[in-house]
Amino acid sequence: MQRKTIGNILLLALTLCVACMWAFPIYWAVVTSIKPEHEVVTKTTFIPDVFNFSAYYFALFETNLAAWYVNSLITSIGVTIIVILISVMCAYALSQIVFPGRRLLYGIILASFMVPSQALVVSQFVLMYRFGLINSWGGIILPQLIIPVVVIVYKQFFDSVPKELREAAKLDGCGDFQILFRLYLPLNWGITTALAIITYIMAWNAFLWPFLVTNSEDMMTVTVGITQVDDAFGVKYARDMAVAILAAMPVALAYLLFQKRVTQALMLSSGIKG
Amino acid sequence: MLMKEGRSKALAAVLMIAPFVITYRTVFAYPVYKMFALSFTDAPLIGEGRWVGFDNYAKLLNQKLFFTSVWNTGYFVVLTVVPNTLIGLGLALMVVRLKGWLQSLVLVLFFLPYILPVSVVTQIWEWVLDQQFGIAQYLIEFFTGRRISVFRDPIWAMPMVALVTIWWTNGFNLLLFIAGLRNIPADYYEAATLDGATRWQCFQRITWPLIWPVTALVLTLQLILQLKIFDQVYLMTEGGPFNSTYVLLQLVYREAFRLNHGGLGSAVAVFLFLIIVTVSVLQYQLLRVRGR
Repeated sequence: MQRKTIGNILLLALTLCVACMWAFPIYWAVVTSIKPEHEVVTKTTFIPDVFNFSAYYFALFETNLAAWYVNSLITSIGVTIIVILISVMCAYALSQIVFPGRRLLYGIILASFMVPSQALVVSQFVLMYRFGLINSWGGIILPQLIIPVVVIVYKQFFDSVPKELREAAKLDGCGDFQILFRLYLPLNWGITTALAIITYIMAWNAFLWPFLVTNSEDMMTVTVGITQVDDAFGVKYARDMAVAILAAMPVALAYLLFQKRVTQALMLSSGIKG
Repeated sequence: MLMKEGRSKALAAVLMIAPFVITYRTVFAYPVYKMFALSFTDAPLIGEGRWVGFDNYAKLLNQKLFFTSVWNTGYFVVLTVVPNTLIGLGLALMVVRLKGWLQSLVLVLFFLPYILPVSVVTQIWEWVLDQQFGIAQYLIEFFTGRRISVFRDPIWAMPMVALVTIWWTNGFNLLLFIAGLRNIPADYYEAATLDGATRWQCFQRITWPLIWPVTALVLTLQLILQLKIFDQVYLMTEGGPFNSTYVLLQLVYREAFRLNHGGLGSAVAVFLFLIIVTVSVLQYQLLRVRGR
């Protein structure tokens, strides 16, 4: 018994140690960002003795960060809203309405799982060019709108709503749109939040496509824009870290506030019920 | 009456699937078709090209950089897939033993990197690994006796990109493993402990066989994900030094966007596409067989 307790304590200590080491680079980035630039390379202090926000001042007022923030917010919120809307309607039709070609459509959506969107960048770029959408919010948003897994998850949830509900609503004279938006969507509010948050995080973090479709600095998203900062100003690590932390803030906050939902959405999208 | 209801039903269905289907056709299905079509032409990135048959594919087979990219992508996959899965399982075993707020806290510490944008991850690690001032250089100096500019060293570059990738993406694997471990009934362990089984025996006889389906899932998801490597490599090494970290997706980028060879770039994309679809089909079959 004694041996077991000691073993447990050792294991606990080891776990905490590994966890702290794992998160250390993030901690180190935060510490670096609140040091004055000259101290960053001269003193290796793990706990800052003074808080100096000059790097943040630089990040906020002397880079294009504000414009990138606007671009990122608009495109990632745009992607989220449109993805949820078009997917939820499609899923409802697939789940509740009998129409010709229903199984074929569902099969196609299931198969799209396997298509790596990264391989499509060349032809998507050509398409966006034809549409005149290079360097625009629309161009950033459009190719990110097809997320098959959102449709599939919604369909599974709608399938498990009792059929009597829909029939009762039908008898009361409700159309399918009303049933979806007044009944099915509110009933599945939890999963909607989960899917919306994870879509928002993925859209904010998207790199390859926004990187390809924007070339003027004003139209870049945060994720792409921050890679331009060190090119333009030389290596200044306090500034780099301040910029990086500000860039990660909206997704880090979304995760910390909605941890359970993020976890749930990730589980569902990999096929494990969470 | 019945006819009318049937018609309004069909109308509702059409209206509901139309936005998704039209978007799907435009920005997803058409680009898949266009990718194949372009790969048989000598088109620049923007503009028309002539039909050249399999010329682009033949060109690829004569291009050294293509083989370098295939090799490096494979090397990266080897460096990441299995280690990332095993580390995820290891960390999950540690986290599930904890209780209450301590578990939540430790989980956040492990998971947080996964939520960061890739460019933030690479910025942080470029600072941590900076040759002159990086904090990790103390470790590197301790083990090798010198400071190393890891992203400029052909031997170190790819393993370091892999390390950063594991740090970044492990949180997802960790979550899947924790869910899997929680599904193993506690009485199995209780019964085993009563019979005097050691921790290692418990793991070997109970945990490992019961967690195997999750392990298989994580392995295949990892394989598909890591084949698509581009962002980290591009941001940290740009494929260098001496092309030692050049990967397939980067070759697509180079041919199509840098050298204005839309056709050749598409041919590389088709190659990557086919590999990933094959792996996905195999994964689907594998998981379906397991599900039965």
